[in-house]
Amino acid sequence: MTHSEMTSMQRVLTTLGHQEPDRVPFFLLASLHGARELGLSIQDYFSRPEHVVEGQLRIRAKYRHDCLSGFFYAPVEVEAWGGEVIFAEDGPPNSGRPFLRNVDDIHHMAPPRIADSDCLVRVLRTIEGLRAASAGEVPVIGVVMSPFSVPVMQMGFDRYIELIYEQPILFDRLMKVNEAFCVEWANAQFKAGATAVCLFDPVSSATIIPPDLYRKTGFPSARRTIARIQGPVATHLASGRGLPIFDDLAKTGTVMAGVSAEEDLGRIKTACRGKLTVLGNLDGITMRRWTQKEVEARVKNAIAEAGPEGGFILSDNHGEIPWQVPDEVLMAVSDAVRRWGRYPLDWIDESMNGTAVDDR
Amino acid sequence: MDGKGGIRMAAEIRQSESAPTSSAEAFEQALLVLDRLAARRLLIDPEGGESVIQRIENIMVPALERIGRAWETGKIALSQVYMSGRICEDLVEGLLQESGRPRKDQPKMAVAVLEDYHLLGKRMVYSTLRASGFALKDYGRMEAEALVRRAVEDEIELLLISALMLPSALRVGKVRRLLDRSGSRTRLIVGGAPFRIDPQLGWEVGADAVGNSAADAVAIIERIAGGGS
Repeated sequence: MTHSEMTSMQRVLTTLGHQEPDRVPFFLLASLHGARELGLSIQDYFSRPEHVVEGQLRIRAKYRHDCLSGFFYAPVEVEAWGGEVIFAEDGPPNSGRPFLRNVDDIHHMAPPRIADSDCLVRVLRTIEGLRAASAGEVPVIGVVMSPFSVPVMQMGFDRYIELIYEQPILFDRLMKVNEAFCVEWANAQFKAGATAVCLFDPVSSATIIPPDLYRKTGFPSARRTIARIQGPVATHLASGRGLPIFDDLAKTGTVMAGVSAEEDLGRIKTACRGKLTVLGNLDGITMRRWTQKEVEARVKNAIAEAGPEGGFILSDNHGEIPWQVPDEVLMAVSDAVRRWGRYPLDWIDESMNGTAVDDR
Repeated sequence: MDGKGGIRMAAEIRQSESAPTSSAEAFEQALLVLDRLAARRLLIDPEGGESVIQRIENIMVPALERIGRAWETGKIALSQVYMSGRICEDLVEGLLQESGRPRKDQPKMAVAVLEDYHLLGKRMVYSTLRASGFALKDYGRMEAEALVRRAVEDEIELLLISALMLPSALRVGKVRRLLDRSGSRTRLIVGGAPFRIDPQLGWEVGADAVGNSAADAVAIIERIAGGGS
């Protein structure tokens, strides 16, 4: 069976339905590279929604991938809470000193008002612009930090781990406040035109906390949160391992999992088949030095492992391509997914039977 | 986490590695279930035959090394490694004060994070080294120039740098160049996700050694202090 050319929206929706579209969808989550396209510093780029809209459109036109992203940078939410954001010339803006200086401050914290937060309003204007430009043919992705993971930026990783283990009452209070904000922030992005929202949740991964503890902490928080978000949610573990918790993730109500390059993609696909669409898992750290040949081999391998039967979107493993990854590598990824991602993926069987496919 | 989960994980780790002494094994279990009292009890020799330093070296250090290896192979989570290090750090501080014994001979050392606020890795290295009986300065978060200035002023022999983000990891190359330009012979030990994921990165930035876990730092320091490269 052959497929006629689909729009990006049709392609993504088909794979989300665990069916095979015309080709493997490709999300190039290059939130910083738009600044390079426009010849702006990263700080200037994110200062105006028009810049980000233009950057996203240029990236999509250049690399022909299948989404537009309203993501600015992880600490944009911390900025709204009153925290500090530190811009760099060659990397994503970082959160500064945690704004919760004392754990007892959790008793008194209240979520920011979205309409009063310039940084959040810029994100919403960006999503509106992307939605208008997409004409309904390209998914527009919004991003929220999960209530369970954002405390790393709010209070620091070390104190947050101690809180999880040692102060359950304060932990519950923190989740309650963060969940209220996360739901409001996600729904505001849907109202602005987002097709889906990505919930960044690295702390839930088995890399950061044991699965037993996740089931008592991050899991119920995610389930409560997603139940109140008025649109589809994808959960990204941002390089963290997920194999021990994919069954749980599916029960949170999420439809997709952003997965780690440190786990076998074939095993991930088996664990997620029919339950979660797999997003990943090209390694962004080593990607900056990949040769054209390596790119092709890695893309082929990912498609062979996770492409059959749909339920797969090729992307990086972290949800953000490092600034240091050169355009030539990104172009090679784009070319490779076009070359090897077209359904039906007959070459996989040929390859397994020993037929040479490298000279296709 | 519940106690059963931690004990189960500890048992799985034991099965996959060479058998430690029974005290170290029990100590490791106590750490993984956050049982501070049991950990403290295990560290004090009921017969009084071993000094506190000996107990630390024979029980605590091997347990932390095994926990580090379990983290590297994905058998336990970062939060368990961090909490284990914290418990050990607290125990060592208390027990060494009680015993009044000096720490082992060691090079002058400091640990730092370059430019960003991802301080967890540094904290874990600090805790593990303190728990292993080493003294070291904690420089906190610093820019490359200031870090080199301070390391040279303090005559630091081993500078440990923890990085979570790729740009921070790449900035180690600047530290190396500045150290070389100053004529310093300070050795650089680096660690963190980018170095673990990309084995060439440590070499690229001019590090003398790369640690894949906080516990690795102990072995690397002992090797360098012992005259190894």
